[in-house]
Amino acid sequence: MLQPLIDWLYGLPFVQWLIKLAPRFHTAFVEGDRWQLYLKGLVVTFEITLVSIAMGLVLGLFVAMVRTAHDQQRPGRRNPLLGVVNLICKVYATVIRGTPMMVQILIWAFVIMRGERNKVMVGMIGMGVNAGAYISEIIRGGLMSVDPGQSEAGRSLGLGYFDTMRFIIIPQAFKSILPSMGNELVTLFKDTSLVNAIGAAEMTYYANRIGGKNYDYMPPLIGIALIYLFFVVILTWLQGKLERRLSQSDRR
Amino acid sequence: MKTMKKFAAMLLAMTMALALCACTGGKPGSGLKTLEEGKLIMSTNAAFPPYEMKKDDGGYEGIDVEIAEAIAKKLGLELEIHDMAFNAALTAVQNGESDVALGAITVDEKRLAVMDFSDSYATGIQVVIVKEDSPIATLDDLANADKIGCQADTTGYDYCSGDYGEDHVAAYDTGALAVMDLVNGAIDAVVIDNGPAEAYVAANEGLKILDTEYAVEDYAIGFQKGNDALKEAVNAALVELKADGAIQAILDKYIKAD
Repeated sequence: MLQPLIDWLYGLPFVQWLIKLAPRFHTAFVEGDRWQLYLKGLVVTFEITLVSIAMGLVLGLFVAMVRTAHDQQRPGRRNPLLGVVNLICKVYATVIRGTPMMVQILIWAFVIMRGERNKVMVGMIGMGVNAGAYISEIIRGGLMSVDPGQSEAGRSLGLGYFDTMRFIIIPQAFKSILPSMGNELVTLFKDTSLVNAIGAAEMTYYANRIGGKNYDYMPPLIGIALIYLFFVVILTWLQGKLERRLSQSDRR
Repeated sequence: MKTMKKFAAMLLAMTMALALCACTGGKPGSGLKTLEEGKLIMSTNAAFPPYEMKKDDGGYEGIDVEIAEAIAKKLGLELEIHDMAFNAALTAVQNGESDVALGAITVDEKRLAVMDFSDSYATGIQVVIVKEDSPIATLDDLANADKIGCQADTTGYDYCSGDYGEDHVAAYDTGALAVMDLVNGAIDAVVIDNGPAEAYVAANEGLKILDTEYAVEDYAIGFQKGNDALKEAVNAALVELKADGAIQAILDKYIKAD
């Protein structure tokens, strides 16, 4: 029963035009086992994402703790050493957040780490340092959102600064940090495509090379866009699950 | 089963339709119609001295620029230059976003499949740039190179990735970036056309060009496939420009005989 309808659709010039695209996708992905290159690039994309988010977390947590510790000091009892470290952290966040990531990556590759052969590593460092600045603001916002009374209560119960952080502040801040952190991970994952500009062989790099080789950019670009989208959807879904799990204690 | 197949093909086609917003390019005109009346739009990558480069005032100069100007004059058109990445310059002319593509473009089989070319107007040589103290002394040593730098999507990149494998080749947006990384020591050699190679070696200390040539190729002007009217007109202009020595004069102006 469906047959006539399918035949009719199949005969439409528009559909015929689309079917003609199939060989182009075949050339871009199947011919010469090119899919292996995309896969190789995808692995590197994940490596860069993971290493840079880990670097960003360490840097960001440190900067955020310094800055909240500095801001929440009692008036008149300011620690001068903390003041200096705080200033450095502030400059770091300002410079990184105030310049385009693309420019930063180019500077890492061609100015700071010039002569470094491993461009993927340069990309990881560039992305990690960049992520650190944004993550520090996310964590700082989270820490500041916890009522100062919580920390005072912890301290009055005899817990030290780090124990108060570890057992009272961070668990509460974690929930408000999580959504922004998930966004940061997604952003970072997509922004790894920028490092193709310094010759780091991740997925976009291979897509560009394959497009260049076949003089046909449409299939590889649409292809990797779908791959990026696929993983972003999965990451977002996982993030939603985790958020729901963490908010169970809220539904009372 | 056949129905299933057709249905699957259709489904695939529709998915692509969603993913796509591709436009079909302009149609090749009859007579000498260009994209914009009275203009000859040329797409190029103006980072390839001495063939095309940007002047400090924002204009363009170079061998290809002057040849294009001479051709435009013969055809009674005004030349307009659109500067973009090299691969974009090729794609632009294929898609009918520019009338001609000039940029030391080598004629090769794969390009001929997707675009048309004029008669050749110059010869290009792919050469190898290395540091003066490099262990790479001949073309054969290139196989031992850990990383070879090339400009993305040039024939040089094509040859190198084919000969030495994707892992030993790094593609850069411009030849100058590749040369910078060579000077910095991040790569071992750069394969690029002779013209820019000489300019780069002159501009940077401690570099040299290997005596052996990697490949010899023909430069030509690219057109959208099937744009025969413009191709014939440009070819006719090229014949005249070659006959009266204009092209040779332009080449001599930029490339010093040695």
